[in-house]
Amino acid sequence: MQTTFPALLLDHAARRPTAAALREKEFGIWQTLSWGDLAALVRSIACGLAAAGLKRDEHIVIVGENRPRLYASMLAAQSLGAIPVPLYQDAVATEYDFPIANAEVRFAIVEDQEQVDKMLDVRSRCPGLERIWFDDARGLRHYDEPGLVALDALVEAGREHHRAHGDFFAAEVARVRPGDVASMFFTSGTTGNPKGVVHTHETLIDRAAAGARFDKLTADDEVLAYLPPAWIGQNIFSYAQWLVCGYVVNCPESASTVTIDLKEIGPTYYFAPPRIFEGLLTSVMIRMEDAGRIKRWLFERAMTLARRVGPARMDGKPVALLDRLLYALGNLVIYAPLRNTLGFSRVRVAYTAGEAIGPDLFTFYRSIGINLKQLYGSTETAVFVCLQPDHEARADTVGVPIEGVELRVLDSGEILIRSPGLLKEYYRNPEATAEVLTDDGWYRTGDAGFVDAAGHLKIIDRAKDVGRLTGGASDGAIFAPKYVENKLKFFPYIKEAVAFGDGREMVCAFLNIDLEAVGNWAEKRNLPYGGYAELSQKPEVAALIRDCVDKANADLAADEKLAGSQISRFLILHKELDADDGELTRTRKVRRGFIGDRYGVLVDALYGGKSEQYVETEVRFEDGRTGKVTATLKIIDVPTYPPVGRAA
Amino acid sequence: MSGRAIGDVILDVRDISLSFGGVNALTDVSFDVREHEVRAIIGPNGAGKSSMLNCINGVYQPQKGSISLRGETFRHMNSRQVAEMGVARTFQSLALFKGMSVLDNIMTGRNLKMTTNLFQQAIRWGAAEREETTQRIAVERIIDFLEIQPYRHTQVGRLPYGLQKRVDLGRALAMEPQILLLDEPMAGMNVEEKQDMSRFILDVNDEFGTTIVLIEHDMSVVMDISDRVVVLDYGKKIGDGAPAEVRSNPDVVAAYLGTDH
Repeated sequence: MQTTFPALLLDHAARRPTAAALREKEFGIWQTLSWGDLAALVRSIACGLAAAGLKRDEHIVIVGENRPRLYASMLAAQSLGAIPVPLYQDAVATEYDFPIANAEVRFAIVEDQEQVDKMLDVRSRCPGLERIWFDDARGLRHYDEPGLVALDALVEAGREHHRAHGDFFAAEVARVRPGDVASMFFTSGTTGNPKGVVHTHETLIDRAAAGARFDKLTADDEVLAYLPPAWIGQNIFSYAQWLVCGYVVNCPESASTVTIDLKEIGPTYYFAPPRIFEGLLTSVMIRMEDAGRIKRWLFERAMTLARRVGPARMDGKPVALLDRLLYALGNLVIYAPLRNTLGFSRVRVAYTAGEAIGPDLFTFYRSIGINLKQLYGSTETAVFVCLQPDHEARADTVGVPIEGVELRVLDSGEILIRSPGLLKEYYRNPEATAEVLTDDGWYRTGDAGFVDAAGHLKIIDRAKDVGRLTGGASDGAIFAPKYVENKLKFFPYIKEAVAFGDGREMVCAFLNIDLEAVGNWAEKRNLPYGGYAELSQKPEVAALIRDCVDKANADLAADEKLAGSQISRFLILHKELDADDGELTRTRKVRRGFIGDRYGVLVDALYGGKSEQYVETEVRFEDGRTGKVTATLKIIDVPTYPPVGRAA
Repeated sequence: MSGRAIGDVILDVRDISLSFGGVNALTDVSFDVREHEVRAIIGPNGAGKSSMLNCINGVYQPQKGSISLRGETFRHMNSRQVAEMGVARTFQSLALFKGMSVLDNIMTGRNLKMTTNLFQQAIRWGAAEREETTQRIAVERIIDFLEIQPYRHTQVGRLPYGLQKRVDLGRALAMEPQILLLDEPMAGMNVEEKQDMSRFILDVNDEFGTTIVLIEHDMSVVMDISDRVVVLDYGKKIGDGAPAEVRSNPDVVAAYLGTDH
């Protein structure tokens, strides 16, 4: 689609000026901004920014929650050919230093006092930041800082400018070309400085439109915008696709009212990372625990039926007449009210992405009739690379390449992508750009995976973490540690898993049990225990966990490529892996290398064929003191299965 | 507390004495409150703090002394008259309607602002309906201000204590008072709730220019947010001035640390 974001806005405003573009709940009521009003607001802000000196190709920072006037500000900047740079609203001030200095940012439009305070702090280190406009004036009345002005004043100045130069705005919009840079998104980057991912109007609009065609999105869809606008996912769903389709984007009242707002709006198109779906499910389960016995019985019966019938129904497969009738009854009594409570009554298409989602969690939503699917993409690919078609959603794949996407899998397992949505470059970082973009236009994702028999892409791990087994029965087989660990962690009894196998003859694992889940299980069996260390070494618990690992193996065996990654031996660690001990990152990712070194004696025992091993570990308590924990850990053998081909 | 200018004396309390039978709750207490300031009354338990507030509020009639509100002196006044003169208060032991929603509780604070009569309100038509809309907007602004949007339709009795205190403040704010009397707004709160409440009190003072008279037990909180502090002990005033002055006053130190309360 050869167009630009401001051109799309003006098109909607001309064709359907009174239709709703944005809604925001304020003072308890959903306030609507029509396309016509929005265009006028954008014009005012744009004229104001132009009068303030914002130039073509200049970067302007936007920070805040999803607020209509911040969306309008992004459009205003783009109308002038300037580049909005949304930054994460919950970042600390020093995290803004790099983007602001890197892009020589002079102007910022922010939400409120909290953000103003951070910007003023940044300015003490980046004096180039001249002007800061704020949307919400609360608490800012007595601030006396040069260049700190209310967004209201900017809008007013813009109106003034427009009265004097009536043709200015339209002419500026007409000068913006599809190939111009539209936005820049900073990716967090685990090491070093963040990288600015540069996207043009063309790349973002092309992908937004491709995604919209794939799911047949229309102007009648409704979206709730509640994730950070600096994240490209939110930006695509509630900005790029919003302008492409012309649907309504709803802004919640505050971060703490999202679940209430979700229910009131009933979006038809929804996106959330797995942890949100997990949180929603947990809240339902907690409330069910408190419900009366009859209700609980009914719920359990209905859910058993849903798990059996629901997924097949969603996949468009034939379902027996009796089951259809029972499901309709369940829908009346349980599923429909439940969807309503969750705010999913009207959801036509829901996506999850970002991390692996557990099969039970995924199936739960699909079984109650919510069309939850997975997608694959990243900031660099403008999100849409692979999507799952409506009747082909599965927990362990990420879908098929959609129109415009070419996929290539290297021998190393790394996935390469070519699509019209690839980033233009990393801002002022040609080395990083050269690392990911090949000369013939392929983007190196850094993810390892393969396309399965059904044509779905399956991501197994980061390419750099994927190894190979050497020697033994599965010599040369792919070993994807994270894939194996995730399979194990999907069992509620297993909290953490660390898999070893690269360059070894077999796969072995350290496990952490989930103290709460296993604790409950033990209580029901009158199994006494005095804490994590004791519970983890009970023979009954070992047997429980062994069953889980056995099931994981059976599951892995079903996958030709990953059958070699089945776990041969494991042990349950005597302490919980802890970020304070350096074993996990702050975002709770296991630091495999560090753990392997720290517990070298245990790794040796796993591969040395021992049946138990004595270990001494230094631990750091929360008050900073250190102590020693000792234990003799049992090592448990698990049978592995011969690989089963997909066809079999 | 930067930009707001403290004005003239708005409330002047002169030689107030109050006794219940033979017990002297207050003895010759005098102090003044200036417009836009945050004025604290502190003292150990039983010092007469709440009695003082009840005198200002018109709940108790002092036997001796006078109270002037914006230059108008009076000895006998009932709570309603005081409220009509722009004085609102919150209570130490919460006096909210536990079975009603947050929204409805705050709406009760708009009572004096309503112009339609009971009959009109009962049939909710014409003027009454329009009025409800305007009153609702005022209430919603308070809900927004106090950041209690998620609890709008929640029964007050089901909220944690710290939030109930916030609703209580919201109801007082609904009267759009010029003077706000707060009776131990931080009592029974944890540190985080105290910080939140302190911020809201300062915000009210700053955003609306409301004069605030607050009673507090917790010295440290008071010292941080007040412009001037009155100290009572056994019904008598033993100190009055800026927080730093009061803190170094030997009588005050003795009252708080010297004896066991």
